[in-house]
Amino acid sequence: MSTAAPAHSMNPAASARGLAVRCRNVVKNYGTGQSVVRALRGIDLDVYEGELLMLVGPSGCGKTTLISVIAGVLDRDEGECSVFGRDYAQMTSAQRTRFRGETIGFVFQSYNLIPTLTIAENVSVPLLLNGLNRHEALRRANDMLAKVGLGERVKDTPLRLSGGQQQRVAIARALVHEPRLIVCDEPTSALDHETGHRVVELLKSVAMSGNRSLVIVTHDNRIFDFADRIAHMDDGQVDKIVGSAKELYGPNMQPGSPA
Amino acid sequence: MYWLALKMLFNDKAKFFGIVMGVTLASLVITQQGSIFVGILGRTFGVITDMNYPDIWVMDPKVQFIDDTKPLTDTKLYEVRGVPGVASAMPLYKGMIRARMENGLFQNCNLYGVDDSTLMGGPGEMIVGKLADLRMADSVIVDLEGATDKLAKPNPVKGGPKIPLKIGDTLELNDHRAVVVGICKGSRTFQSQPNVFTTYSRAVTFAPRERKLLSFVLVKAEPGENLDELTRRITERTGLAAYTANQFKMLTVNYFLKYTGIPINFGIAVSLGFLVGTLITGFMFYSFTLDNLKFLGTLKAMGTGDSMLMRMILLQAMAVGVIGFGMGVGIATLFGVSMRETQLAFWLTWQLLVVSGGAVVIICMLAAMLSVRKVVALEPAMVFKG
Repeated sequence: MSTAAPAHSMNPAASARGLAVRCRNVVKNYGTGQSVVRALRGIDLDVYEGELLMLVGPSGCGKTTLISVIAGVLDRDEGECSVFGRDYAQMTSAQRTRFRGETIGFVFQSYNLIPTLTIAENVSVPLLLNGLNRHEALRRANDMLAKVGLGERVKDTPLRLSGGQQQRVAIARALVHEPRLIVCDEPTSALDHETGHRVVELLKSVAMSGNRSLVIVTHDNRIFDFADRIAHMDDGQVDKIVGSAKELYGPNMQPGSPA
Repeated sequence: MYWLALKMLFNDKAKFFGIVMGVTLASLVITQQGSIFVGILGRTFGVITDMNYPDIWVMDPKVQFIDDTKPLTDTKLYEVRGVPGVASAMPLYKGMIRARMENGLFQNCNLYGVDDSTLMGGPGEMIVGKLADLRMADSVIVDLEGATDKLAKPNPVKGGPKIPLKIGDTLELNDHRAVVVGICKGSRTFQSQPNVFTTYSRAVTFAPRERKLLSFVLVKAEPGENLDELTRRITERTGLAAYTANQFKMLTVNYFLKYTGIPINFGIAVSLGFLVGTLITGFMFYSFTLDNLKFLGTLKAMGTGDSMLMRMILLQAMAVGVIGFGMGVGIATLFGVSMRETQLAFWLTWQLLVVSGGAVVIICMLAAMLSVRKVVALEPAMVFKG
């Protein structure tokens, strides 16, 4: 079980708001018997509305497993995980799928844009899933692409864009249906420093404007400054929750050094 | 989402082309080989189709197909005429005869002898001359295929085209003089031999001497008579086999299906077309799904349910199915049209289109099933695994 008390390092401004994510004693194992891998060993974690929380830690510490559980794409084995008061364990598979489509936006490490569709069509997917007609979905997708600075490229396919531009499309797709929680997996790992910085800046400015919550899994300590809180994980547990990178790594931490 | 599914398919041009080619190949082979098969079988009963006069064909019970004549005594004709429900019954001679042509070569022909007085059972459609001219001395009517090809006269100029038979030309049928009084239209026969029509009394003089010469009795039923009931009654009263035209066609077809290698040969070709089409389509479609697995997983994570993903895959499969089927049938039809003037048997029936379409549906369903299994088993959490 995590030794970090969720409320311990709470941002006072954030804690005044409601809970977006509540994890208690979350356990997830892979495999069985002798070969069992304990990916999450009793995680306690809260994420507040309007908060940007970064999950950091060494490879294999369970960050991706935790974000998968929070996003409702992976079942936990034990414990409790609710998002905006809805516990995934209480939902049917169809309800959980619908809940994800309505409530959560996703940004992936490798963008996961469908290469045979235009970027506007890619961005329109969450709207189509939420029942909008094609025409209206494309109109709103174009508006969102304009917000992320790609209004002139709506008819391009993803492969015609740079990595940074593709990640901006992915951000537009994550935000277009106005989800309340956005989960991002290593959003800057494939980008250079400057582009990565700009992408997170954009993500924060556009996403946070609607009192949304962001959970970002990252190794990239160059973007830690954007976080309201940073949860450090190790060996399947959250061992520290701090307000800044300096609290986590000390005053001598250099941007680009391993997180 | 269906629109996106189709765009994903159509915009992956290499895969789309490959999948469509697989379906097209299967559809083409099944339709084209099937049409030739049906065309060949159709030729086995072409005479029954052409001779549209009789409602019922009466014959020796041991007859297995149209060319398998087992002569009856002439008295059988009167027995059939005496069966209640028979409006008229006419004799038909059908046999093989050797024609000697002007250049001294011989050609085997199908000889038909129809009722002298009514000429019923004669060719249904005349191209040149009149059916009634068969009442003239030594007269015969030859079908178009025979008149223009196998019985045509050699060109005096070496290498020149054959000169078709025309009215007034003579033939020597089994040492008897025969005068051509008409050219009729007729279906090509299975052996592609010329059809020669004359009267029954003249046919039996042309034919080699036999004790019995009546091949079939052609029956016209009373108006409103139940044909199945009448065939049963004729059999009961005369001891002969009686079939409606359709039953006789099926008897003939079944003989060829059972005793020749035709269905096996075509069955192998059609099966190979189905198998190869299934393999190509299945492999390409599965490969297309695997290529898109990451994106399907992304859609799943973003809130697309399994049933929607299944419907998207089925729609993609049906789209390539419809396009491939259309292309396959289109190419097969073009092939058939381009071969219309040749000896190739090609008969594209609606039933064949249903079979070919059904095969394409099965191919697409098999291909889609592989992909659907993969997608349903897909964990949406895989999208976070890089």
